[in-house]
Amino acid sequence: MSIVGGEWQLSAIAAALAIYACAALIAAMVPRRSLSFVYPACAVAAALACAGGLSAFFTQVTLQAHLPLGLPSVGLHFRLDTLSAFFGLIVNIGIFAASVYGLGLGREDLSKRVEPFYPAFCAAMNIVLLADDAYSFLFFWELMSLSSWLLVVSRHADAESQKAGYVYLVMAAIGTVALLFAFGGMAGASGGYAFDAIRANHLTPLVSALVLAAALVGTGSKAGIMPLHAWLPLAHPAAPSHVSALMSGVMTKVAVYAIIRVAFDLLGDPLWWWSLPFIILGAATAVGGLLYAVQEQDLKRLLAYSTIENLGIIFAAIGLAIAFKSSGIKYAAAIAMAAALLHSLNHSWFKSLLFLGAGAILHATGRKDLDGLGGLIHRMPKTAFYWLIGALSISALPPLNGFVSEWLLFQAVLVGPVFPEPILRFLSPVVGAMLALAAGLAAACFVRAFGTVFLGRPRSPEAEAAHEAPFAQTAAIGLLAVFCTLGGLFGGFTAYAIEPLLTSLAGASLMTFAAGPTPFSLIAVNEAHAIYDAPTIAFFVAVSALATMIAVHLLASKRTRRSPAWDCGFPDASPATQYTASSFSQPLRRVYSGIVFRAQERVDMPPPGALRPAKFSVQFSDYLWRYFYLAPAERLWSLSKRFNVVHFLTIRRYLVLMFCTLITLLIITATWM
Amino acid sequence: MPAPIQSFLAQGAQMFLVLAIAPAVTGITRRVKARLTRRRGAPILQGYRDLLKLVRKDVVLAENASWFFRSAPYLIFAFTWVAAALVPTLASGLMFNWAADVVALVALIGAARALLALAAMDAGTAFAGIGSSREMMIASLAEPATLLVALTIAFAAGTTRLPEVAQYLINQPIELRVSFALAFVALVIVALAENARIPVDNPATHLELTMVHEAMVLEYSGRHLAMIEAAGYLKLVLYISLIICLFLPFGMAPIDGGPEAWSVGLAAYLAKVSIAAVALGVWEVSIAKMRVFRVSEFLGAAFVFSFLAILLAFLSREVLR
Repeated sequence: MSIVGGEWQLSAIAAALAIYACAALIAAMVPRRSLSFVYPACAVAAALACAGGLSAFFTQVTLQAHLPLGLPSVGLHFRLDTLSAFFGLIVNIGIFAASVYGLGLGREDLSKRVEPFYPAFCAAMNIVLLADDAYSFLFFWELMSLSSWLLVVSRHADAESQKAGYVYLVMAAIGTVALLFAFGGMAGASGGYAFDAIRANHLTPLVSALVLAAALVGTGSKAGIMPLHAWLPLAHPAAPSHVSALMSGVMTKVAVYAIIRVAFDLLGDPLWWWSLPFIILGAATAVGGLLYAVQEQDLKRLLAYSTIENLGIIFAAIGLAIAFKSSGIKYAAAIAMAAALLHSLNHSWFKSLLFLGAGAILHATGRKDLDGLGGLIHRMPKTAFYWLIGALSISALPPLNGFVSEWLLFQAVLVGPVFPEPILRFLSPVVGAMLALAAGLAAACFVRAFGTVFLGRPRSPEAEAAHEAPFAQTAAIGLLAVFCTLGGLFGGFTAYAIEPLLTSLAGASLMTFAAGPTPFSLIAVNEAHAIYDAPTIAFFVAVSALATMIAVHLLASKRTRRSPAWDCGFPDASPATQYTASSFSQPLRRVYSGIVFRAQERVDMPPPGALRPAKFSVQFSDYLWRYFYLAPAERLWSLSKRFNVVHFLTIRRYLVLMFCTLITLLIITATWM
Repeated sequence: MPAPIQSFLAQGAQMFLVLAIAPAVTGITRRVKARLTRRRGAPILQGYRDLLKLVRKDVVLAENASWFFRSAPYLIFAFTWVAAALVPTLASGLMFNWAADVVALVALIGAARALLALAAMDAGTAFAGIGSSREMMIASLAEPATLLVALTIAFAAGTTRLPEVAQYLINQPIELRVSFALAFVALVIVALAENARIPVDNPATHLELTMVHEAMVLEYSGRHLAMIEAAGYLKLVLYISLIICLFLPFGMAPIDGGPEAWSVGLAAYLAKVSIAAVALGVWEVSIAKMRVFRVSEFLGAAFVFSFLAILLAFLSREVLR
């Protein structure tokens, strides 16, 4: 093994990987009762990897290692540069939070089907980021897919998990095959599979477009870009909640890393029309994901659909960065790239938070259907508070972190008219409109989710008997809430910190430190163009809220009485009369889903005197599922049935078939040469 | 540039100016409506009296209300107040104007709205749920429209900072631009919807099935209700100021203006706000309220107008500096 540079950062990460690997191996061997060591070990490893990644990121070292394993003459190449270090931080912070949450799992929650695969999954995600040749990249990418698949099917007796696992496996296979083609195309006929050789290999525009298309399919299927998203809302919620947090918050970012690595590093200088699929699919995914999310009745599936939306935003931002970079507008490319990178970071925090919170709720009540929860703010006060921060962050509301990346993205859209190509000039306001719509819908979606789960009165006995999550779990959720808040307040600092990364990817940096009125101002283009200063706004809001409250309490009344809710003079005894999640989304369904999903409401009202209950049902048509998944699957099925005949031929016919094939191949070879 | 102390004073003055005039603006609108329907109507200053009365009263909390229900009114008020204070009114050179640009301003309003919609669901009653669900449906169309209008104007001015936008518009010769006209219509529609005005919502109704905003605040009383009412008054002033700042900023004191320019700016601003309040009253008596599900078409029109505005602006680059 040879480490170029031999710095401690790589050793720290290698040690972390060794801990993950050992934890996986030991967990596979020990009995179920003694599995609880997995989470402390993973938390320590994640902290170690974070320290190494953080140091490597800020010192901007590039470290390389070469292991004589794997394919002969290729070996395994590893490289740690700022891009890997940045995404390594995202991954390991997520793993740390999920592992701390795991500390709170009781002994009865541990299972031989989860704990051995959890460290393997963590290790695989880390190594994908470090891989410096196509072989190791694909190998560990596949390991990541398979280990997460094993976690998805951990409750294998459940029919829903089975379906989720099946669809996930198919989509993961399609994605890996696409990536195989992408790397094959990049390596070319000479077959240099190390990334250094790929970088040196200049491709024709046609080949590079095909490579990018394949890479987009490969990474987009992992990131849930529509129409390759169908597995995600099935698989992410099916896993245990802390694994869902990792899959949604972190694994999707590995896909973002892969597409950035391919499009900005390996393929060389981008062409402007590469950006079109990113922008169009990204913007469509952002709105589409939310249209599903806002109608969803299951808390974890709602979060999964929202992941699809956020990945759409990230891909649209990457598309804008490609477009700006290829048009030579580097300062705008830096803004769009900063939006993509910061949104990856921010999304990993609030989505992990929301999923871990959903896990705490699931554990406390045994339910994840929105219409069966309610009033948890009284029984799970800490979880409720942290979840509120996550919900407001993901709705892109200031001064929290989701707004920082949203703001940057709108600033990038505003530079759009500078594009030389008319299509991009047309697309940039379209993207702006779609993202604005997505922001509005996200707020509606998360007001609905928080409102039905935590506010109001409990809608089921389970929700009424809920209890607060164990300390470790609330601590993990709280840690992420702190990150969301600090990331929002000091977004200007984060944008400054990723400057070297922006310079290497986009060719320009966003700004210099403390260029604005305060050290924490976030600036786009220049100081006269746009400034957003979260600490100042937060300070003003906090001061005016506190001052008003104190003034009102001191100068006027501070007495409070409790009484039954007024409710227009009709206080209802039953919590069933509250607005539910489905009633909340009814106006949105009337406005949006009539067109998009052809939603049909059916009311079955019995005549007066009849004893049967009235029924209300809503029917959706998921066009993407029907035409993009079911139709090809059916076509394939009928085709394979037709070819089934070939399985039952006599030996003579088989010999004839083989002979014919041989002749055909010979003819082809002869004419080719 | 004016001296920092002057600029600071201007910012402070602005912050308390919007707060001071807010109840009166709503008062003017109510008065105009009353007179036009041949009623005498309440005095213009009734809003202040209402607030004073409410603040002095006890709070009656619903049994199920949590800490969120109690703290939300102050936060809603603060978010709205800060947003209103950030829009240049009489002068464009304000001390803390740099802290938030127009994108952040829209998001601040969004934060206040999300908190109110959440607070409404806390008591666990049916009517409040109706209110917040409809509010979020309206907002899901109104917020993107606002953002697109803001981006259109910001693009024309080459900056998203409101003082610079106003400054740019003051210095421009007056001309009709198609994109601005579309954006103006869109923003007026949004302003009507966001302030729970006819034809989207009726601020005077207490008929349960037609309420949006009023349904959300049904469970509030005493000082909490006062905060929410004050935030409502402020929001109206905020939207009127935003329309003035983005479309009719003439008379506004420039960044380097002195006290004389400020007094001219103040007079112009108060005149424009009063005209807008009167116009709103006239508008409200001359049109009927829409059914809730017609609202989406009304607001959809705003969204489409704002989208066309930004598309025109981007494609023609008519205003690119």
